[in-house]
Amino acid sequence: MALLDVRDLRVVFHRRGTEPFPAVDGVTFSVEPGQTIGLVGESGCGKSVTSLAIMGLLPKRGATVTGQVMFEDTDLLKLSDRQLRDRRGRDIGMIFQDPLSSLNPVIPIGLQVTEVLQRHRGLRGKAAKTEAEGLLKSVGIPDPNRRLGEYPHQLSGGMRQRALIAIALACRPRLLIADEPTTALDVTIQAQILALLRQLVEGTGTALIMITHDLGVVAGLCDQVNVLYAGKVVETADRHRLFGEPRHPYTHGLLGSVPRLDSPRGEPLAAISGSVNDNIPWTSGCAFAPRCSNAIDQCVEQTPALEDDGLRLLRCFNPVAPETAASQEVPA
Amino acid sequence: MTALPVSPAPAPSPAGEPLVDVRDLKVHFPIRRGVLIDRIAGYVYAVDGVSLQVRRGETYGLVGESGCGKTTFGRGLLRLVEPTGGSAMFDGTELRSLKGEQLRRMRRRMQMIFQDPLSSLDPRQSIDSILSEGLKAHDLYGSQETAGKKLRETLTAVGLPASALRKYPHEFSGGQRQRIGIARALILQPDLIVADEPVSALDVSVQAQVINLLDDLQVEFGLTYLVIAHDLAVVRHISDRVGVMYLGGLVEEASSDDLYADPLHPYTRALMSAVPVPDPEVEDARQQILLAGDLPSPANPPAGCRFHTRCPWKQETRCDTERPELRELTPGHRVACHWAEDVKAGKIRPHEVSVELVRPSGAGPGDGRVTETVAEVAGTLPPKS
Repeated sequence: MALLDVRDLRVVFHRRGTEPFPAVDGVTFSVEPGQTIGLVGESGCGKSVTSLAIMGLLPKRGATVTGQVMFEDTDLLKLSDRQLRDRRGRDIGMIFQDPLSSLNPVIPIGLQVTEVLQRHRGLRGKAAKTEAEGLLKSVGIPDPNRRLGEYPHQLSGGMRQRALIAIALACRPRLLIADEPTTALDVTIQAQILALLRQLVEGTGTALIMITHDLGVVAGLCDQVNVLYAGKVVETADRHRLFGEPRHPYTHGLLGSVPRLDSPRGEPLAAISGSVNDNIPWTSGCAFAPRCSNAIDQCVEQTPALEDDGLRLLRCFNPVAPETAASQEVPA
Repeated sequence: MTALPVSPAPAPSPAGEPLVDVRDLKVHFPIRRGVLIDRIAGYVYAVDGVSLQVRRGETYGLVGESGCGKTTFGRGLLRLVEPTGGSAMFDGTELRSLKGEQLRRMRRRMQMIFQDPLSSLDPRQSIDSILSEGLKAHDLYGSQETAGKKLRETLTAVGLPASALRKYPHEFSGGQRQRIGIARALILQPDLIVADEPVSALDVSVQAQVINLLDDLQVEFGLTYLVIAHDLAVVRHISDRVGVMYLGGLVEEASSDDLYADPLHPYTRALMSAVPVPDPEVEDARQQILLAGDLPSPANPPAGCRFHTRCPWKQETRCDTERPELRELTPGHRVACHWAEDVKAGKIRPHEVSVELVRPSGAGPGDGRVTETVAEVAGTLPPKS
């Protein structure tokens, strides 16, 4: 059975004077223990809002969350704040993008780690401190004993992200949500953090939801990849299949627009035209249609459904043909 | 695309000639202490002796991680920060000796594109006003009519409609704003454009549009670019030659293909192996060189080779005592490593780097922004020389 099963999750933001805005529009996916799921997309596609909705971190006012988020047998969306607080940090850990702004600047690292241990595992005093030291050591922070007494500003970016991971892992959660965990870091530090996450998933069977815009990170880490566009999943597949043979024109376009370190130079990148501002609402067709090189009349008349062909889920009327996809050529 | 009217440029030096020739450029920022008595407690060696040449018509890419001094180098070259040593020749003129009006006039020929397109455009200026400001400053505005034509042509060149002129920066998307930033640089018909992280604030799909645009403009107007970026894949894609910086110094320089095919400096190798490639097959097969620890503080750089504290190929001798010079190993491929030949031939095997914590002397609490980056982990940090 899936550890986390997100079904038809919808998040609509309301603001006075504007139309309700559906940031997440019917997202469905599930995560098994020991599995890494990727949520990929550009800014504004709803990937972070999805993670906040799962954790119940969206404001009650102004945001309407509907659908189901089943964590084993409980629907997280139906829990009270109090019940949720018991779960957060214990069953589900979260790593945020910017470690400096998600750590409290006026509280020593040690206290921020032991806080979780106290709340969920009832550890006190010396026991908590020893445990915290062990946690910092396990995420590769040298001289953890000294670090416990230091403040976030005294740590480097990579160290802070490690500290944040240590806090997320303090109660050995069964599910870890990482929201752009390496975006603020340099590549060499990113490599260290990704290696750490990989080790975690393999070593402890923790399920991981990886939210990122970086296709390279996804390619090496995730078992299954969900590509989001304007709040909807447009393509879901195993990473080998998704990268080897992208069928959705958006996925295909994204892969074409990333300069690769190992591709021959001198060829212009196959950019996707326009920007997200050109989107049309999903209710009147495919949101990506105005930017799509494969668009046909049907795309602006009907909303495509997410269809399962046994190998992948795809939301497109006119997908990129497999052979074109394989030869990495984009129709003009 | 319509071409901009070509101004009668002063006899340009032939292609391939160095347009920019920087020798041993240094930018050291003083660390000030004390309330009543202004005392200099040390220096941040942001750029510490960088020599490089940018040839006319080429794209030179400068890569490195945050804090390596790449941005300061770009700003020091244009004298947006004052260099503290070395020389910077631009088309035969020593930039460091220029003063006041001369420097201002020279600035027309060297323009800059900034990272964050929103914060580098004045929110209260219309696009018309943003673009014509430079023209007016350099007495190129002429009549309303000719200027208007020039503005529209420049906008067309960067792929924006002429109707954009009456709009304000907030009305555009990130990619369009970056196009405006490019138009602002382009309208003065510069020889050199220094682009500091031109695409890192943009989404992937838009990033590709801007990269392609920069490429097209270079062909159309014969521009010379110095592109400063942290993304090795982007830099490799757009640059003819690439320089890799580490802690204020250039550690390797080669043509973009050479650098990728045959990285010689251990740092370049590690950097290269850390860049994720969007291809599961490659990702599964590759061997990563994971560097231990973080960048040491540029206020207290390690003696000898700056990289020896994290280098998996570090040797007993020379590395920690003697700073390696940039030397040409194969034609056009310069590297600053004492053991480059042996590393290349595989005579030296990489070894584990022990992660050990050393608190450098003189870096107690209260060092402000310096302590933040003070070397955490990395072999043994030698005392300040």
